Amino acid sequence: MADFNTMELMISIAARELENGASVGVGTGAPCAAAMLAQKTASPDLVIMFEAGGIRPRLPEMPISVGDSRTFYKASMAGSMGDAMEACSRGFVDYTFLGGAQIDIYGNLNSTVIGDHKKPKVRFPGSGGANDFASFCWKMMVMTPQNTKRFVEKLDFLTTPGWLEGGNSRMESGLPEGTGPYKIITDMAIMDFEPESKRMRVISIHPGHSFENVQENCGFQLLKAGHIEQTAPPTDEELRLLREEIDPYRYVIGR
Amino acid sequence: MNTVEAGQGVLFTDPDPDKARQFFRTKNRKMIRKVMELKDAIEKFVHDGDYLAIGGFGANRTPMAACHEIVRQGRKNMGFAGHTATHDMEVLSAGEVYNRLDVAYVIGLEARGLSACSRKYVESGKVEVTEWTNYSLTARLKAAAMGVPFVPTRNVMGTDTFKESASKIVECPYTGKKVVLMPALYPDVSVIHVHECDVYGNARFKGIAVSDIDLANATKRLIITTERLVNHDEIARDPSSTRIPYFLVDAVCEVPFGAYPGTMPYEYFSDEVHLKEWLAVEKDPDEFKAFLQKNIFGCKDHEGYIAVNGGAKKMRDLRAKELLLSREV
Repeated sequence: MADFNTMELMISIAARELENGASVGVGTGAPCAAAMLAQKTASPDLVIMFEAGGIRPRLPEMPISVGDSRTFYKASMAGSMGDAMEACSRGFVDYTFLGGAQIDIYGNLNSTVIGDHKKPKVRFPGSGGANDFASFCWKMMVMTPQNTKRFVEKLDFLTTPGWLEGGNSRMESGLPEGTGPYKIITDMAIMDFEPESKRMRVISIHPGHSFENVQENCGFQLLKAGHIEQTAPPTDEELRLLREEIDPYRYVIGR
Repeated sequence: MNTVEAGQGVLFTDPDPDKARQFFRTKNRKMIRKVMELKDAIEKFVHDGDYLAIGGFGANRTPMAACHEIVRQGRKNMGFAGHTATHDMEVLSAGEVYNRLDVAYVIGLEARGLSACSRKYVESGKVEVTEWTNYSLTARLKAAAMGVPFVPTRNVMGTDTFKESASKIVECPYTGKKVVLMPALYPDVSVIHVHECDVYGNARFKGIAVSDIDLANATKRLIITTERLVNHDEIARDPSSTRIPYFLVDAVCEVPFGAYPGTMPYEYFSDEVHLKEWLAVEKDPDEFKAFLQKNIFGCKDHEGYIAVNGGAKKMRDLRAKELLLSREV
């Protein structure tokens, strides 16, 4: 087995979720690396969209901003934020990858504040396009390292919708039908959501980890799938592409 | 339409389209020369207490020269649209220019990290905050551009982002589904940086538009900073390239490298070394004060700022980076 770090592992797993011909709304960093890796492996026709208006670029290198020139390099269109977000709103965009300071059992995310909103202990950037992508894209995924500070019983602020309060609450809220969190990829495991309760459920565990140690690093009780897979590690080819072509300066995989 | 739920956030601007129409009725329709120095444009059109919006996205095609001039002139108590406001917000926070903030994305500089200065100012209690999202602010500008009081969207429902916004959830009279009404945002004044503009304000830019077309239509007053002035004949030769028509524009300021240290598509890439320097010096108040003196208050204008940061040689390097010239062997 090749030697790899957790960032390389998470990006490789994420890339495998993006099937050929699908469309994905991404930000900078790990999500963008995953989309680029998917394009260079099983999904050459993956359509990458950036919220600032870049539509189907041929990314020459990792963008540093979701609006820099690389996000519309040799693209189909250098459009507007409305063009990108309204394509999501109309149901054209299959996947998105998000992250946050906190995540709860229903896949809701906080990227706004720690503490009270009026007098925050810590102020974060806010939604950006995350709430929009999570509201509109068919399947929302999260890529994040896992610990009890991040995986919490109760969010300080619900910035971005997951399954809200579980059950049918997302549907009842008025968000577009058939959308919602799909998979959570951490540095230890892959989770999905139990279809009725919409609670987070472990479906695959990465090499070197156990359910017990995944649970220890989570602030709420995880469900356990009937059959838990062992996550396949990154292949030599995935690692080569990541290190040589996608992120040669290790901006993301060096984190 | 009955309101199902109302956000509790403060609405900093009036969404009434008739009041906006009364204002737009007074704007000059004549194609007159509007060229002036940036310093004069900021003095004339950007006032204390105004609600300000900045074009571009993050540090991309963002009118940084204008942000510096606003700080240099000491504007205060402004409202500000944090529509992926990154380095522009960092500069405006250094001047404590605003005290009302519509948040979509603030404080961060995306992959580069967080601005200690912006964060400290927003956490200080001096700033009133209402929460939105990037698309929510796009929709609000779109409503204003349409001349209507709101447009419906389907984001934010069920979240605290909605609760701390000033949007409202209603039941759609056609489908019975819930939709969110995003109130029109008519900024008092906005600045947009473009590639080319004629002396009358007919402007064109390349690359992504972000929300700048709607912003240009929505804002009451508009300052254009441009990399280059071009002849009106050039605009008339190719009118399908005009993105902003003259009658929206109040001032045209020729500011080469006006988006520096951000990116200007097809012209120059962002100065990542200098942007990192901003983020680093903010952590030490004394160092930051000296840095602002050197880079903003001690500079007469944007030319002065560029001169202390590497001048023409630096701009040539950033152009090579933008064009990926090193790949052409």
